[in-house]
Amino acid sequence: MENHIQNLNEVLSQVDGYVYPNEIELNWSILIVLYPYITGLVAGAFILASLERIFKLHILKPTYGLALLTALSFMLVATMPLVSHLGKPFRAYEIMVTPHLSSAMAIFGFVYLWYLLVVLLLEIWFDYRRDMVLWANETTGFKRFLYKVLSLWTTDISPKAIALDDKMGYIVTIIGVPSAFLLHGYVGFIFGSIKANPWWSTVLMPVIFLFSAIVSGIALVMLIYIIISKIRKIKIDMACLDMIASYLFYILVIDFVLEGLDQVHRIYEAEESFEVLHKLVFGRLFFTLFIMQGLIGTIVPLLTLGTIQFYKPKEKLRKVIYLITAALILIGVFFMRWNVVIGGQLFSKSFYGYTSFKIGLIGAEGYLMAAVWLVVPLLILSFLIWLLPPWKKKESMSEIKEA
Amino acid sequence: MKQEKSNISRRDFFKAGTFIIGGLTVTSVFTPFNGLLFATEAPEGKGKWYGIGIDINKCIGCGKCANACKLENNVPKEPFYFRSWVEQYTIKNDGSVVVESPNGGIDGFKQSIPDEEIFKSFFVPKMCNHCAKSPCVQVCPVGATFESPEGIVLVDESYCIGCRYCVQACPYGCRYIHPEKGTVDKCTLCVHRLEKDLQPACFEICPTEARIFGDLNDPKSNINYFLKNHTCMVIKPHLNTGSKLFYNALSSEVR
Repeated sequence: MENHIQNLNEVLSQVDGYVYPNEIELNWSILIVLYPYITGLVAGAFILASLERIFKLHILKPTYGLALLTALSFMLVATMPLVSHLGKPFRAYEIMVTPHLSSAMAIFGFVYLWYLLVVLLLEIWFDYRRDMVLWANETTGFKRFLYKVLSLWTTDISPKAIALDDKMGYIVTIIGVPSAFLLHGYVGFIFGSIKANPWWSTVLMPVIFLFSAIVSGIALVMLIYIIISKIRKIKIDMACLDMIASYLFYILVIDFVLEGLDQVHRIYEAEESFEVLHKLVFGRLFFTLFIMQGLIGTIVPLLTLGTIQFYKPKEKLRKVIYLITAALILIGVFFMRWNVVIGGQLFSKSFYGYTSFKIGLIGAEGYLMAAVWLVVPLLILSFLIWLLPPWKKKESMSEIKEA
Repeated sequence: MKQEKSNISRRDFFKAGTFIIGGLTVTSVFTPFNGLLFATEAPEGKGKWYGIGIDINKCIGCGKCANACKLENNVPKEPFYFRSWVEQYTIKNDGSVVVESPNGGIDGFKQSIPDEEIFKSFFVPKMCNHCAKSPCVQVCPVGATFESPEGIVLVDESYCIGCRYCVQACPYGCRYIHPEKGTVDKCTLCVHRLEKDLQPACFEICPTEARIFGDLNDPKSNINYFLKNHTCMVIKPHLNTGSKLFYNALSSEVR
């Protein structure tokens, strides 16, 4: 409490112009930056997996399982920063029990559960059921028990049962794609529907969130695929990686155009809030918006990925370029979320001034805690990869018979 | 004949039954979408329906209202938490606007602009607008904040989860998170005083009677007299929040 007040006193000394007294405190901190970032990674990774499944892009096969497990790992953590940010975290369940239906936030619990239970878990279950049955026979002890539990004690791996798994998985994917769109478009709506805030209130917000989500999810899977291949010391499937990179490029172009359109529209209309936002982007947001999001996160990746569409350097160099580009995009999208969430609170709704954002290293809302929420999904992913290694799946019936 | 009649009535019964059950099912499917319509129509207050009037011409910037509010409602004393505060607007000769509200005006004001540069200056007391189509009520995910039948926007702090969405949604900056309680806090129009037929603290203390409130549904009320005899305006009318805080002599610079 005292620390909090001391922080606010420091912020007060940094206020520029006039802000309403209640606005000195920034209400949504880095944890709320992470929330759309993490859900975006989920939606994007899932959509990459769906490309393979629905559009039968078998060239993407090496990343299919990895993308699904990545989506699940991040999904399991997605609500944590949200809940821990609440003033009354133990009342979080109220949002599910008595949702107030005019609130854009009220449906989040349901959208989240739908996506986690009906889409992700089901799809992964159908995809892995046969292998879990096989692995249960191959392993012993606790791991065997785990596979038995996870496969819900099913043992039928007859061709008929496997065909059913496949069909069900396909149906779930078809439901999953609009669900992934819904999940992240909806997160954008939470911000875009706040008419009090001109930085957020744009009808394009859900679409922008969605496309940046796809971009970040694809970049994440690409990065993880390259790193894991390196760790496993196997050859990277360059055809697959090239394909992912070209999708990444095209969606990044769409994302860039949409975000550009949003800003062009804002500048051309130049409404009442224009002046305060203009000073915001060239002042307190300059570094995170123009340098981190714009230059490093968008322009550089656009140029490198764009060049590779026409001119392909040697494999070794290409791998490095892909690795770096994917990392840059992930940084860029993080700052895009930052600029939306934090940027939207730096200016006063009186349009007469600016407050500033102060964040510590430690504490529930500090940098370290934020880093934890980004590392935990990777730990979960490591566990899932250990438990359900996508590359140990048997591809054909003959392999199964051999096993 | 009798049998035939009963047959028809049975058919009618099933018809009506199907219609009712079907209707209920269809409505229940679409009910959640009513949430979309929240801001399209203001509720109609049937009994008392409170509105507030503030006469900017009468406000002398003594800040007593802000202080009375803090004392009456145990608002944290730090200068980051206000249910009610006063702003000093100064329009300079070059047209630029300077707004100040040191400690919400509780300690009074000092003009920081030299006299010869000032075009005009005035005070604007701020508080919750008790909007009829409150953006804050609209966005509360659990319904902890609500409009009372009298048109007062209130918070059930035993229910608020502290998500801060309402703080983001209020265009007027009238909400804050109570640093000790972890839940949101805002002006209640001193509803605990209204229940005892007392005026809200900030109204009672105002030495110049710059603030009035009353029943908008009563044609003879103070507030209706005030609205009839002054040129009144709400802040940020384009946001269509159904604000019920009406200012007399509101300059266009005020936001």
